[in-house]
Amino acid sequence: MTTDARLAVLASRVRFEEKQIMAALDRRGVSFVHLDPRSLVVTDEAHFNEKVVLNREIGHYRALYAASALESAGAAVLNTAAATHVSGDKWLTTSALMAKGLPTPRTALAMTPEAAFDALDQIGYPAVVKPLVGSWGRLVTAIPDRATAVGILEHVAALPSPQQHIIYVQELVEKADRDIRVLVVGGEALGATYRRGDEWRTNVARGALSIRCELTNVHAKLAVAAAEAVGAEIAGVDLLEDDDGRLTVLEVNDRVEFRGFQEAHEIDVADVIASYAMARAEA
Amino acid sequence: MQKVVNAPECPECAAQVSLESDARVSEIVECLDCRSELEIASVAPPSLTVAPEVEEDWGE
Repeated sequence: MTTDARLAVLASRVRFEEKQIMAALDRRGVSFVHLDPRSLVVTDEAHFNEKVVLNREIGHYRALYAASALESAGAAVLNTAAATHVSGDKWLTTSALMAKGLPTPRTALAMTPEAAFDALDQIGYPAVVKPLVGSWGRLVTAIPDRATAVGILEHVAALPSPQQHIIYVQELVEKADRDIRVLVVGGEALGATYRRGDEWRTNVARGALSIRCELTNVHAKLAVAAAEAVGAEIAGVDLLEDDDGRLTVLEVNDRVEFRGFQEAHEIDVADVIASYAMARAEA
Repeated sequence: MQKVVNAPECPECAAQVSLESDARVSEIVECLDCRSELEIASVAPPSLTVAPEVEEDWGE
C-alpha cells in the first residue's frame, strides 16, 4: 500500500457487495484503497502496520493466503486468516462448532473414499457428501443409498487432489425447503432471512430466494456463538431447522454475500460493514 | 440507473460497452452485443478485459 489510507478493501472482483461497501466508505468520507490480490506481493520487507484490510476476496485460497501474508506484514485483516482458514473448511468448521458445544448436523470424516462407506453406515442414509473446501453448493451430493454411494465414491476416488479423498459425510436434515441465514457483524446479529429454493441445496447462487425472517433471540444467540466459534467478526451463519423445530448450525461464511439479505431487509449491510471496518481502522 | 459516462470497446467484438458513472475497477459488465463477461480494467481512461473464468473455490 503506497498510500496513507489506513483502510483497504481486498477484492479481485467487485460484485454488488464490494461496490456497495466502497460506496458506503465514500459516503462516509473514509479514505481507502482497493487492493487487488491478483497483483499483491508481500515480501519479508513489506510493512502494513496499522493498516486494516477488509477481506472481500472471492477466491478462498487467495483470500486465505493474502490474509495470512498481510497479517505477517503487520496488517489487521477482517476477518482474520485464522477465521478464513476455519470457516472455509467444512470439517474445521464442524470441529470448531463441536468444541464450543454448538448444535450441528451429525457429521463423520473418513480418511479415504473406501472408509466413507463405514462413515455413511454410521451416519445413515440418506446422507450428504460435501467437498471440504467448496462454495455455492458445488459438488454437495445427496446420497440416498449404498448403491448410489458406490458410484459417487468411485468418482471421488478418481479426483486428483489428495484433499478430495478426505470424505466429509453429514446427515441429511429433514427440513422445509429453506435454511436460515443470519448476518453477524461485530458480535451482533443484524437480522435473518429464509433462503428458499426449488432444490434441497438452498444457496442463493443456485437460485434460492432470500425472504425476510423474524430474528428470534435463539437465532441470534446461536449465530453469534457460531461466528465466535470460528473467530469471524463478520459472518453469514446458516442455520437449519428440522421438522421438529430443532436448530443446527450448518456453516459460517467469512466473506459473506449479502445482496439477497439486504434486499429482503432494507438494512444497509454494506454500510454496517463499512462502519465496522472504519471503526477498526480508527481504533 | 446511473448516467452513462463512457463507452470503451469490447475486447471480444469491438462493440462499445457503456459504463455507468459509478463504475469501479474490477467490476464485471456484460457486452450487450456478444454477451461476453468483461472486467473493468480501468475507469480513467475506460478499458475492459475479458473477465476471468469462475474458479472452483470462488464464492461463499
